[in-house]
Amino acid sequence: MEKNLNINTFEELYSVCEKYEKTIYEISQEREAELAELKIPEIRIAVKQSLDAMKEAIQNGLKSDEMSVSGMCGDDCIRLQKSFDIKHAIFGKLYEKILTYALATSEENLRMGKIVACPTAGSCAIVPSVLVAVSESLGIPEKEQIDALITAGEVGRIISNKVQLAGAVAGCQAECGVASAMSAAALTQMRGGSVKQILNAVALAMKNLLGLSCDPVCGLVEIPCVKRNPFLAIHAVTASEMALAGIESKIPLDEVIDAMEQTGKLMSPMLKESSQAGLAKTKTAISLEEKVFNNN
Amino acid sequence: MRQSSIMDIISPIMVGPSSSHTAGAVRLGLLAKNMYNGIPNSVTFRLYNSYAKTGKGHGTDKGLLAGFLGLSVDDVRIRNIFDLDISKEFEYRFEFVEDFNRHPNAVDIIIKGVPGITISGDSIGAGEVVINKIDDFTVNINGKYNTLLIVYKDIPGMISNVTSKISVNIASLYCDRYAKGEDASMCIALDGELEEDVINSIKDLPSIYIVRYIKKLGS
Repeated sequence: MEKNLNINTFEELYSVCEKYEKTIYEISQEREAELAELKIPEIRIAVKQSLDAMKEAIQNGLKSDEMSVSGMCGDDCIRLQKSFDIKHAIFGKLYEKILTYALATSEENLRMGKIVACPTAGSCAIVPSVLVAVSESLGIPEKEQIDALITAGEVGRIISNKVQLAGAVAGCQAECGVASAMSAAALTQMRGGSVKQILNAVALAMKNLLGLSCDPVCGLVEIPCVKRNPFLAIHAVTASEMALAGIESKIPLDEVIDAMEQTGKLMSPMLKESSQAGLAKTKTAISLEEKVFNNN
Repeated sequence: MRQSSIMDIISPIMVGPSSSHTAGAVRLGLLAKNMYNGIPNSVTFRLYNSYAKTGKGHGTDKGLLAGFLGLSVDDVRIRNIFDLDISKEFEYRFEFVEDFNRHPNAVDIIIKGVPGITISGDSIGAGEVVINKIDDFTVNINGKYNTLLIVYKDIPGMISNVTSKISVNIASLYCDRYAKGEDASMCIALDGELEEDVINSIKDLPSIYIVRYIKKLGS
């Protein structure tokens, strides 16, 4: 009998995985292939293209300290690398990699380098930093990296069925927040977590980012976006560690997403990518605004 | 519910920093290029609202021009587009205006040449765009489908005359007109490709003024 792959909620995803004894990426790639009338290897080639572009963005970003057009950001990744060369991070090499890869990608984005919107450009560094840093440190083969990226994509896809992934619609919880939840899924998949553990990792990551506002200074994808990416990459690791230990979210994932949708609706439009409040209207932000817009 | 895809989430590969303000701008420029299909004398890009205010910081101006010159969203030359030789083929300028009757990320692409046309569109989020006006005609072109744009005289039988030439499946059909019996426009979004001879046979129909085949954009 044909499988019903019309999957719109995490509960549906879980029961399909259970029923056919498959994990998330297996169901997801099958569904994608059917939807696009392609073969599974063709889907995986498209995913690999994104993965390769993520790695390229990291390598380019690590080497550059070119500032953005506004002149506000662009040299922090080099600063961080130089510091780690002298004094190692308290959590060790992998932690250093995640932070530097995240800043490298974020800064590559703001200087108009090539990145992968994942799910958006402003949140483009979270999934790649966790995925690539962990793969390198644990020696995870490319096949499993692609599995993990498909898992992350499936998580983002199901969330996007309920909440549009745009700061203007639901705040930064829907951009960097979702990217962090996707990373938690990818990491848990890479470390051999069960479907249940993957979904718990997503719920734990998402639950702790509800209500995150989108209040960028000067309306640009720079402050606080660039530094927020490494923060939320580490957040994903915390969620994954807990889930792998068997810790569960007491609130089921679909209900967490319902809460996220409601929170997004209740948030003032002034805090949703309009730069009318929050960080964007601080004294310093206002003076930066005068400087940036007069220079241009 | 329209079935979503993971590729909406883990792509596109694009030049930063913003999907709506950079990638969306490139796609609007590309659609305008595909519609105009020629080398203009000059082009004015009129950016509205958020596009006007944060456009320079997001490279919206560079994106629009790069798209109009045929560059794709992942082309790293976008950041230096003003310095490249290809941007010297015609005059271009940017205007920045506020008009809250327009979408926050709206642009008019005013093309002077033979012919001269104005193409208006919005960047509606996550890199998705829509062209909603060509001169005074309301249109609906989003770059997701190969689209046939036709300007014709509004007389009975025109829609069936055109569609009877088309054998691929029609995803959507959108018409608008100045007034009954006057100039009208038709946007036909297609699930497949149209052959050159089919397009020519439509051009040869009576009371057809303009036919443009606008190829869909890559992801």
